[in-house]
Amino acid sequence: MNFAVLQFPASNCDQDAIHAVRVLGHSARYVWHKDSSLGDADAVIVPGGFSYGDYLRCGAIARFSPVMQAVKQFADNGGLVIGICNGFQILTEAGLLPGALIRNRSLQFRCEHIFLKTITHDSPFTCNIPQGKLLRVPIAHGEGCFFADAETIARLRAGNQILWQYVNSEGELTDDANPNGAVENIAGICNDRRNVAGLMPHPERACEAMLGSDDGRLIFDSMIRSLQSKTTAKAA
Amino acid sequence: MTEPTITPELVQKHNLTPDEYAKIVEILGRTPSYTELGVFSVMWSEHCSYKNTRPLLKTFPTKSPKILVGAGEENAGIIDIGDGLAIAFKIESHNHPSAVEPFQGAATGVGGIVRDIFTMGARPVCAINSLRFGPITNGSASAPAEGADSAIANRKSEIANNKRLFSGVVSGIAHYGNCFGIPTIAGEVYFDKSYEGNPLVNAFCLGVLRHEQIARGAAKGIDNPVFYVGPATGRDGLAGAAFASQDLTEESAEQQRGAVQVGDPFMEKLVCEACLELLATGAVAGIQDMGAAGLTCSTCETAARAGTGIEIELDKVPQRAPNMSSYEIMLSESQERMLIIVHKGREEEVKRIFDKWDLPWSEVGFVTDTGRMVVKHHGQVVADIPAKKLADEAPIYHREAAEPAYLAEVRAFRLDGIADTTDPVPQLKALLAWPSIASKNWVYRQYDHMVRDNTIVCPGSDAAVLRIKSDSLPEASNGQTVPDKFIAMTVDCNGAYVYLDPYEGGKIAVAEACRNLACSGATPLGATDNLNMPSPLKPELFWQIKESVRGLAEGCQAFNAPVTGGNCSLYNQSPNGPIDPTPTVAIVGLIEKPEHITTQWFKDEGDAIILLGDAVDTADPLQGLGGSAFLQVVHGKKTGSPPRCDLDKARALHEAVRSLIYGGSIKSAHDCSEGGLAACLAESCISQQVARETPRLIGADIDLSTIKDVRLDALLFGETQSRVVVTASPVNAGKIVAQAKILGVTATVIGKVGGDKLAIKTAGGAWSWPVAELHDSWWHAIANAMR
Amino acid sequence: MPRVRTAKIVLASLGRVSQDSGPHLQVRQAFDMKAKIIITPKKAVLDPQGKTVQNALEHMGYGGIGAVHVGKYLEIELQNSDKETARKQLDEACHKFLSNPVIEDYRLEIE
Repeated sequence: MNFAVLQFPASNCDQDAIHAVRVLGHSARYVWHKDSSLGDADAVIVPGGFSYGDYLRCGAIARFSPVMQAVKQFADNGGLVIGICNGFQILTEAGLLPGALIRNRSLQFRCEHIFLKTITHDSPFTCNIPQGKLLRVPIAHGEGCFFADAETIARLRAGNQILWQYVNSEGELTDDANPNGAVENIAGICNDRRNVAGLMPHPERACEAMLGSDDGRLIFDSMIRSLQSKTTAKAA
Repeated sequence: MTEPTITPELVQKHNLTPDEYAKIVEILGRTPSYTELGVFSVMWSEHCSYKNTRPLLKTFPTKSPKILVGAGEENAGIIDIGDGLAIAFKIESHNHPSAVEPFQGAATGVGGIVRDIFTMGARPVCAINSLRFGPITNGSASAPAEGADSAIANRKSEIANNKRLFSGVVSGIAHYGNCFGIPTIAGEVYFDKSYEGNPLVNAFCLGVLRHEQIARGAAKGIDNPVFYVGPATGRDGLAGAAFASQDLTEESAEQQRGAVQVGDPFMEKLVCEACLELLATGAVAGIQDMGAAGLTCSTCETAARAGTGIEIELDKVPQRAPNMSSYEIMLSESQERMLIIVHKGREEEVKRIFDKWDLPWSEVGFVTDTGRMVVKHHGQVVADIPAKKLADEAPIYHREAAEPAYLAEVRAFRLDGIADTTDPVPQLKALLAWPSIASKNWVYRQYDHMVRDNTIVCPGSDAAVLRIKSDSLPEASNGQTVPDKFIAMTVDCNGAYVYLDPYEGGKIAVAEACRNLACSGATPLGATDNLNMPSPLKPELFWQIKESVRGLAEGCQAFNAPVTGGNCSLYNQSPNGPIDPTPTVAIVGLIEKPEHITTQWFKDEGDAIILLGDAVDTADPLQGLGGSAFLQVVHGKKTGSPPRCDLDKARALHEAVRSLIYGGSIKSAHDCSEGGLAACLAESCISQQVARETPRLIGADIDLSTIKDVRLDALLFGETQSRVVVTASPVNAGKIVAQAKILGVTATVIGKVGGDKLAIKTAGGAWSWPVAELHDSWWHAIANAMR
Repeated sequence: MPRVRTAKIVLASLGRVSQDSGPHLQVRQAFDMKAKIIITPKKAVLDPQGKTVQNALEHMGYGGIGAVHVGKYLEIELQNSDKETARKQLDEACHKFLSNPVIEDYRLEIE
């Protein structure tokens, strides 16, 4: 599979995303923010970082880049798009995902491993995660507190769009396990069409045992498997 | 605008002595212009010229076959790590700016050191730092136990101020490093009264490159164009030099001098990417960042290095404020700016790349063969100085040194008046909660320490370990993949030791750093030092500098860790007095194979715990308690000669630790330092963090009852040097003890891993601590203090 | 006074309008009008910064404080435009870009 990794000024997890995809044996290449085409990409990763220095609001400026028009179109056509950390912020700013990411409850940047519980396996981003498996993945953000009004939350829940929640090592949804104050411990969601997802944790930093965890692979594996099944379906 | 006349007062305001001024007149053959006076004053400051410390710095070992760029040659030293790869690293202080504005002071400190690294052509891959503040809790001896309400209120406000500085510095480092996208993977933080009002902020950066990618800060090639890239120049950072002329201070408030330097990590990230991209084209003849003394330093140093001259026109320098004088433009410390000398005919490549990154650039001058630095403004020559004399011929001072009087009392200190401990249980908890020993998670969880997918050992073990992989390197046309490399790094210095015995303290700083490296499986490659010192003008303070440098130099020699560069920060003192002399040392080591990477925490139930080294140095009359954390925390005394550091013994220990690790049977290794053996064992039980709110705790059963005739407090909390606690499967324990003995190191099995308590049996009694309680004291201490 | 983040923004510097290449020799200009935009967090949104400032104020002995909300203040210098057109444009910019309607409210003043 071929992943496009967007590159905004001061994206800084772009290289990590490329590395992770290659570790999984697939190909990935950068797409510059001024480009208006994604080429032959099978999926898009909007990587983490501090696009435009996080000035004004995280992701607020990046969403106006030419490449984001292409991403919108790609998503409208059913393409898989995943936003990680700053990428998640950009996707919410762009309206591709509901809600917003605001300042951490602690008012401090937080970098540490957390546990994620997968809420639904019915998505291209979670289909390959074993039932009951908690993912141990790092976070690294200052503005990762997911917020949406009650109505939106209800809709997300009804639509089975909450993909991951922060939990403790026992898999329980506790306040202590919530690193940023996110509503309902929400760590990641998808759109109603289920082809665009965003999450604050960094699965691309957890694709090698040497880095302390390879649980993040399961998310990319899910994407790859669902892309492959799509291709197979088409071929048939 | 008329420039002020040069008067003796003006010269003095520029911190230049009459002799120095006479030398300037001699060099120029005339009276300097105002701009020239400013240029000389910054280039001949301690920061740029090392005029007070150069004779001492010459005593550092600086040679090794692996050194590709040595100390003093360039902005940072470079060391070969094999397979055509190299690392560039350096540490630098930003103490005074951080005292004034902690957030921006620390942020720009990080920015400056990161620029020093990519200036060398290297891609910055990690940062570490060393910080010192006044106490953040009221538990230390310095607190007025009782007294007037006003004294207590005063102390409260001092502590509040220490916390403000600490919190501001940490968030400044986090802000800059996180946004730039560099992992901050290690560091050290100490709190002591001597740093009150004068915090220390030392930032270290390491970058990676291929041998052929080394860039030089030299203005080579006559007629080559000189480019200025990066944001426009403003009146930033001119405050430190208190010499505003009457003319200029009458300007409007907006043009006021002395704006605090503000860091823009977003800009730095773009400048770094653009510079590395440009370097890969081969169009660059020379490159240097504009750090301290900005345009001045970068122009004269590049010309001096190449033996050429340089001519620039200030009208072409992008300016952020209106009506800037030539003096201001030359001395501005606006951040994130670079000077690039480009091969003639390849200007378009600069323009193309900097336009791609939406960065300002301007061609400001060219290289000449005159050997002079010529600066023009509004059609007039405002400075015309022989570049080499300006850059390299600052006066050198051999300062007078005299042993300070306080040391007699320190050396005379004995333990006779101090009763041995009878209840170590609360004492160990108090030590673990002492902010200098307590977990620094409140600090490092604010730093992104994992970005770039290379951090193998995160903050919280003896040394951080970083992987270097192909994409860590700057882009290259022949960018073949390279084998992964593993490097470990640590920064250390116990200022109290250095204060109590500068020579031993200097040696210990190096020994501890190398011990930390050995515990993680690494062999030292090289060192970078940051001398944070008080005034060199007082003989007894200069003596501290001189003796600590002697200790550092001997240490670096002993462990084969040549110094590749560093920084001096002098005049660190507040109205309360001078800081403890603090020569921080960052040492980088190489780990040959990934399976050698070792962490400090205990691994498996039943593993044997082995102490390498002597439990207590019985030849030391203080048995390792001099200057110890124990004396400070429990008895409120910061005195006594610190533990002796026998470098031969230390070297044998480090070799043994590495050799045992290479043998494959060592599961954990942790060195004994502040808090002694008990703190070391406790940390090995509690320091593994699986995830947020999820420590992995494991107990240990220790038997020290065979050790007799030593004080119990010395056995548990003494800081005898050259000790490491390792663990291994019980079947391997005998073999390890035997092997250590062959390597000349005492080795004793002192217990086994397991349970949920740390239990220690001694000849004088047995005690135990639930590990969950120890963890609680240690992990939350700083967060509680900062609440 | 609670500290309010202020930002002075020139739209061209935000990367939306392509910048001239070459040196940016800034020239001070007189601006015809000034727009002031105050952005505040919506009441329903968690505002830990406001809460922290409130606690600090109370701790310092400033009584009678009901709530603190920390927002942003933008000052935009305008050239060559009439007030109504400017208002219309900026209102759109506020809605689309300068504020995030999911979490923020804004108030626009032109003088």
